[in-house]
Amino acid sequence: MHTNRRDFLKLSAAAATATAFGGLGFARNAKAGKLPDHAAALNPKWSKQTTSICCYCAVGCGLIVNTSLKDMRAVNVEGDPDHPINEGALCAKGASIWQLAENDRRPDSVLYRAPYSKEFKKVSLAWALEKIAHNVKKTRDETFTVKNAKGQVVNRCDGIASVGSAALDNEECWAYQTMLRSLGLVYIEHQARI
Amino acid sequence: MTNHWTDIQNSDCILIMGSNAAENHPISFKWVTRAQEKGATVIHVDPRFTRTSAKADMHMTLRSGSDIAVLGGMIKYILDKDLIFKDYVVNYTNASFILGDKYTFDDGLFSGYDPKTKSYDKSTWAFAMDADGNPKKDPTLKNPRCVYQMLKKHYARYDLDKVMAISGMSKKELVGLYETYAATGTGTKAGTIMYAMGWTQHTVGVQYIRTMAMVQLLLGNIGVAGGGVNALRGESNVQGSTDQCLLFHILPGYLKTPSAKDDSFEAYNKAYTPHSNDPKSANWWQNYPKYSASLLKSMWQDDDPAKSYEYLPRLDKNAASIYSWLPMFDKMEEGMFKGLFAWGMNPACSGANSNKTRNALSKLDWLVNVNIFPNETGWFWEGPGMDPTKIKTEVFFLPCAVSIEKEGSITNSGRWMQWRYKGPNAPNDQKPDGDLIYELMHEIQSLYKKEGGAYPEPITRLTWDAIATNGVFDPHKTAQLINGRFTRDIEIKGKMYKKGELVPSFAFLQADGSTTSGNWLYCNSYTEKGNMAARRDLAQTPEQANIGLFPNFSWCWPVNRRILYNRASVDLQGKPYNPKKAVIAWNGEKWVGDVPDGGWAPGSKYAFIMRKHGFGQLFGPGRADGPLPEYYEPLECPVKEHPFSKTLHNPTAIKFDDEKKAVCDPRYPLIGTTYRVTEHWQTGLMTRNCDWLTECEPQVFVEMSPELAEMRGIGSGDKVVIESLRGSLWGKAIVTKRLKPFSIQGTTVHQVGLPWHFGWTWPKDGGDSANLLTPSVGDPNTGIPETKAFMVNVRKA
Repeated sequence: MHTNRRDFLKLSAAAATATAFGGLGFARNAKAGKLPDHAAALNPKWSKQTTSICCYCAVGCGLIVNTSLKDMRAVNVEGDPDHPINEGALCAKGASIWQLAENDRRPDSVLYRAPYSKEFKKVSLAWALEKIAHNVKKTRDETFTVKNAKGQVVNRCDGIASVGSAALDNEECWAYQTMLRSLGLVYIEHQARI
Repeated sequence: MTNHWTDIQNSDCILIMGSNAAENHPISFKWVTRAQEKGATVIHVDPRFTRTSAKADMHMTLRSGSDIAVLGGMIKYILDKDLIFKDYVVNYTNASFILGDKYTFDDGLFSGYDPKTKSYDKSTWAFAMDADGNPKKDPTLKNPRCVYQMLKKHYARYDLDKVMAISGMSKKELVGLYETYAATGTGTKAGTIMYAMGWTQHTVGVQYIRTMAMVQLLLGNIGVAGGGVNALRGESNVQGSTDQCLLFHILPGYLKTPSAKDDSFEAYNKAYTPHSNDPKSANWWQNYPKYSASLLKSMWQDDDPAKSYEYLPRLDKNAASIYSWLPMFDKMEEGMFKGLFAWGMNPACSGANSNKTRNALSKLDWLVNVNIFPNETGWFWEGPGMDPTKIKTEVFFLPCAVSIEKEGSITNSGRWMQWRYKGPNAPNDQKPDGDLIYELMHEIQSLYKKEGGAYPEPITRLTWDAIATNGVFDPHKTAQLINGRFTRDIEIKGKMYKKGELVPSFAFLQADGSTTSGNWLYCNSYTEKGNMAARRDLAQTPEQANIGLFPNFSWCWPVNRRILYNRASVDLQGKPYNPKKAVIAWNGEKWVGDVPDGGWAPGSKYAFIMRKHGFGQLFGPGRADGPLPEYYEPLECPVKEHPFSKTLHNPTAIKFDDEKKAVCDPRYPLIGTTYRVTEHWQTGLMTRNCDWLTECEPQVFVEMSPELAEMRGIGSGDKVVIESLRGSLWGKAIVTKRLKPFSIQGTTVHQVGLPWHFGWTWPKDGGDSANLLTPSVGDPNTGIPETKAFMVNVRKA
């Protein structure tokens, strides 16, 4: 679904309805009036609630995410009133996270662009990972530096660099640095540098 | 942040400088407002009038790039009027340390400068040592070579007239700022600083922050509730990604990346483990070998750390001028790299000098781009001015899950590590980054196991399944590995721990391979008591509730200590300087309140436990560009000289000599700066694709004063071109009194500003990145580019 302005207004109205009936937005017994689909979707019979933390700035505001049990897609994201930092409030970005997830501009496939090509083509993840792994191995084997110009042992891969990422979770960051360093990369940078 | 978000409510004076917190960290303002309601004064110093200024009690404008003059002037004001909190300064800072004979400062240059290498020999900045090998001190602060006296001498030049002339601030504004802020130096008041990229993105960015940290030490504002030095970090996990050290110079937990000279694990540990001869210095980094061994043991579990140390790659020299972002892309443009991972990043818009970055991408053989949406990096080959038929780069775009579609933890600016649960499934079977990382490395590992290759051991011996369960990336298992486990049955401090048990805290980590810990700072975050980051308990003792500490909600590094350096909030008897807002207090037997910086009895250890000598560093001999902050102009600037010395620019700044800079260049007479808006985020990659947000902020705008607009014949809403030596872009003019001309050394200087959230892929007619304008020059300590002050021109399109 591509959300246009009309959908936005509809959804905003639905969110307002749910909030009016449900107090802090939990809407457990909300009766939705004119927009029954959305409000009913927040009912725990049809949706699950999980807590999360906003993905934008580093204030770390708490979120409550409602997910439809029918199709396991987000139906609502709002500020967590029990969170001691934001106490339920969100800024414009945090309040739009539902649209970040439910967004038809997200590519529906892994994409591959061959050298000198004018376009991307759709490929499978398995195909891409295998080809990337071969590229990494070929480059690493060809550019591996055992000793530097001074003759000191450095055991590093000078032909590959990495940028990323403060958008990863801690566990993912740790896994990523472990991967890069075991490959021998030293050109490792990310958002914190810029 | 030394402190945390809810702590801002405890402040008596909040200085916001180098930040537009109300618009860029909107929820932080909940706590600024709460402090204000209780009587705190909020001061905003910024080149522009923003929503932060609108809410502040005092607002004053300064020319972008002139902050050290203003803050250096504050140090002079505090010292001249003797407004320091003396008990704190003597007991907790190195004000009393005596400098060695070799330290000198002359006309903008410190001793030890080598013009050939454009770097300093820092050994000339050493302290004079006594017979025991400890720094000589004079607690009376009278010795002419003591740090306190040297500070007085250094900042004597920073008088009001000079500061006014170069910053464009008025005398009244400067005195108002100094008087109001310095009033917090009493022990019973707290002043805090909130800063962001407005301070870091300069060739003297680190010294901006040092100058303010020194102000905070002089006023006794570090370690206290409502005080501290608080960086408002801009990405939800940029604190965590820094802690996990996705940076060339550090390994997880801020351990040093090995250099070529560190040719064995023993030599490595010896080089980076500080030693103090003073029994009162806790010198916490003396534990370095425990943390390095535990890290290696978590990556390569079947090898002894001394052996697996050989698996780590080594730098020629740990220097930002060689390996950081700017030199990396410079080398990429020269063709040094064949492959690049741009994982959760959009460098084609985010780094300085976007044309250079985009051109560099075309020199790669292959590029792996993992992201949520199409972006200017993965799609660079069809961008403006590119001919795809001439670009060899093979590109893989891997779409990934968004944050609410996966499980794991992130660490906010206040060091709170918070667990996120998985809500919806990602569409089209897209996977979290962690799964992609695990599967890719698994594939590479299989290849090396099968075929061999260059130095295969670091890959083939990597304990990669330690982060997965049944072949699927497992965030809980990874979080436990980051915390660490005992690798054998062992007795520590009289208690037995079983093999496989989670380590309770970093105080239990060992140097002999008997513990794993992927990051010692996070040891205590996932223990036998459970996943501490997932805690949601709001319970507090009355002391904790009094300052909004929330110690049972989430978890905070280190060891759940919410306010860093808190031993400096009490006197040598353990009595809080400000009993009304006590952080910790000694009740005769133990500390109550926050987790103290070490449990030792009051007065038995120095307060700054992470420093070798145990004192807050007014004199900081570790930085690349000098032990005391000094005024230098941005590398592109509108003046030929400044009043503090004949050294115009930071002599150690990172730059590329073949790239010209605009200094008093009549073609580029305007100061340019970049900033953010509430509705967009970073390069805009995520927010530009959300229609709700793009409706609010659809395209690039260029803000300018009515005076400049009149000179250029520009009206509000006109399409204008903004250009620098490196590139140009169009934007819609906003003519506004939010910007005003400055009087700099008697000359009128204009400044313009624009947001940097846009890029050519989306939305249509949204414009392009403001980083097309910014120069490839950076801070010598961090390598952060100077994107907050550069020279441009603006004309009607």
